[in-house]
Amino acid sequence: MIAYLFRRILYTIPILIGVNVITFVLFFMVNTPDDMARMQLGQKHVTANEIRQWKMEKGYDKPLFYNADKNGFEKITDTLFYIKSTDLFLFRFGQSDQGRNINHDIFQRMWPSLAIAVPTLMIGLAVNITLALLIALFRGSMFDRTTMMTCVAMMSISGLFYIIGGQFLFSKLLKLVPISGYNPGWNAYKFLILPVLIGVIGGIGAGTRWYRTIMIEEIHKDYVKTARAKGLSEFTVLFKHVLKNAMLPILTGVVVIIPTLFMGSLIMESFFSIPGLGSYTIDAIGQQDFNIVRVMVFLGTVFYIGGLILTDISYVLVDPRVKLE
Amino acid sequence: MILHLLLSDKIVLTLFAGCILAFFYIRAQPHYAKPWEKVFRNSIATMMAVTLSVYAVIGLLDCIHFQHGTQLTSVLDILITPLNSHDEKTYSAPFSVFFNGEQTISISTLIVKGALTGIISFAPLAAVMIYFFKKSTSLIAWKTGLITAGILWMLMITTTFLAQHYHVFGTNQIGQDMFYQTLKSVRTGLLIGTLTTLFTLPFALFFGLIAGYFGGIVDDVIQYLYTTLSAIPGVLLIAAAVLMIEVIITNHPNTFPTNADRADTRLLALCAILGITGWAGLCRYLRAETLKLREQDFVTASITMGASKLSIILRHVLPNVMHIVIITLVLDFSGLVLAEAVLAYVGVGVDPTTPSWGNMINTSRLELARDPVVWWPLCAALVLMFFLVLAANIFADSVRDAFDPKQ
Repeated sequence: MIAYLFRRILYTIPILIGVNVITFVLFFMVNTPDDMARMQLGQKHVTANEIRQWKMEKGYDKPLFYNADKNGFEKITDTLFYIKSTDLFLFRFGQSDQGRNINHDIFQRMWPSLAIAVPTLMIGLAVNITLALLIALFRGSMFDRTTMMTCVAMMSISGLFYIIGGQFLFSKLLKLVPISGYNPGWNAYKFLILPVLIGVIGGIGAGTRWYRTIMIEEIHKDYVKTARAKGLSEFTVLFKHVLKNAMLPILTGVVVIIPTLFMGSLIMESFFSIPGLGSYTIDAIGQQDFNIVRVMVFLGTVFYIGGLILTDISYVLVDPRVKLE
Repeated sequence: MILHLLLSDKIVLTLFAGCILAFFYIRAQPHYAKPWEKVFRNSIATMMAVTLSVYAVIGLLDCIHFQHGTQLTSVLDILITPLNSHDEKTYSAPFSVFFNGEQTISISTLIVKGALTGIISFAPLAAVMIYFFKKSTSLIAWKTGLITAGILWMLMITTTFLAQHYHVFGTNQIGQDMFYQTLKSVRTGLLIGTLTTLFTLPFALFFGLIAGYFGGIVDDVIQYLYTTLSAIPGVLLIAAAVLMIEVIITNHPNTFPTNADRADTRLLALCAILGITGWAGLCRYLRAETLKLREQDFVTASITMGASKLSIILRHVLPNVMHIVIITLVLDFSGLVLAEAVLAYVGVGVDPTTPSWGNMINTSRLELARDPVVWWPLCAALVLMFFLVLAANIFADSVRDAFDPKQ
């Protein structure tokens, strides 16, 4: 198990390098530092001198991959690619275009993101799985068909509508919760209720449908027949036997996304002006702050890979038959 | 008036021609036609297919552009002229402004007139169709299809009657008709849904089949490629790529002289980006299926008979994975239409001048906070988008049921 995990972590290195190359190509080769300088300084009337000045200030005044002016190892190490990559891998994210420390910003903005993402995930899971089990209990009936149709209809509504409609209904018409904003500490709860509620409702359609498929697949297995033959009620069979066994396929989907919860939700956070990492990224995209976007891409990848490894571990914990080698 | 096709128009029209050819080819091949017949035997699926084809017709009509002085107008623009020629000064609620001044025609009169015209004009077409289908032996649910077509036709004629005198979905802040905007957005939505898969397919098919068939180092490299791609958070990768495209377009103003060209390039680039970042899923399925197929007896048989690797992949493996391709393409469509709205909100969607549901929602999302509430621009976008996505979702489900051999 330890050896397996070690190998797994080693495997992530080439993937991270690959991601780093892709983002580097996107951010520095397609769009060279000269272009960036011109973009930042305004399109017209930019002298070559000003561009050089800007590149000096931001630390972009080096060749991309190969520095012919230097000797020995410095031919490779004194380049933009090397410097920017090692900074990323060592989690030294440097400064944003506005001169703020990105590490510090990320650490501060992580918590509001989690405050929304974790309850949304937990409540959403509970609601979706319960609904899916109920539907499986009445499978083939009118209840099943109407709920499934409702789910498809709910899936077909744009996620933006849930947010806009929810804000309109609960904040503007009923005035139950503030329309947007955030407060650190325990006072945050009244700002969080609406985004969490909307997140859960928006996810019901796709979620319930997905878990229903898993449940129905599980119901056709032999152990369910045995349980029924023993005379257990359908309710016990579903909520005790089927639910436990269905945890395995459910885990695959859930554990993967747990680390990515840190990244927050782009849309939700910017609609509710919650100072999390999602709105951080959106703002960076809006201001074309490539430094932040690049860091967020890298972090997202790290979290995703972390999720994959966690999934493997959770398999072993949940299912004693699984052995990692 | 000179015919002036944008690049995306050409691609769409070629694609459409390809679809027609594919239709006739499939009809002649019983083993390809069978699952499709199964889809259309389901009456709900047929209903949804008819709805989808109405959208497709709107989109196609909007894909034939004419140059009119400096302006580009499409066939759709010409067909629905009263809509874009009666701009108001600012917001107006649905049905609140009558085009011809004092003399009003009541809404109910127009509805009755429209419905009657619809029925009368649809009757001959229906008669011909009934005559045809009565003779044929196919089991497809043509009655439901015909009824759906009739209802939609009636609805279209009625709205046409109404739209000639009223703003059916009101007008936006600068007085543009929202019904016109949402109809124009159909093209963008369909384009994103279909062209993206056009960009996905070559990558997914090529890499998936090769990885599965050859195995070994080829497989390792391709697996590494798609794992790396899918490890990057999707929206961020798309955002990064779109930002780059934007920089390229602004730095090369000579290559894209007109605004329409620029918007069109950006739309195509968005499709390409969505395609290139999205092929990993399909590729993974195709690789797994090819791995299974490689061990099948019919492949071994053709190897012993001396068939080349290329011909085995093309003639024996490819037709056997086509069902996965079709299922994935149809399933992805609705997600892409929805994704366009989200991307527009993030600011990395289609060009702000391109009419699209995402742009409509984005500009009108703050209007609910006004007093009195301006709900119609949002409503116009959401209603048409909802029916397209709903139809696509339900249709996709029955396509999956019909094509999936496990069911």
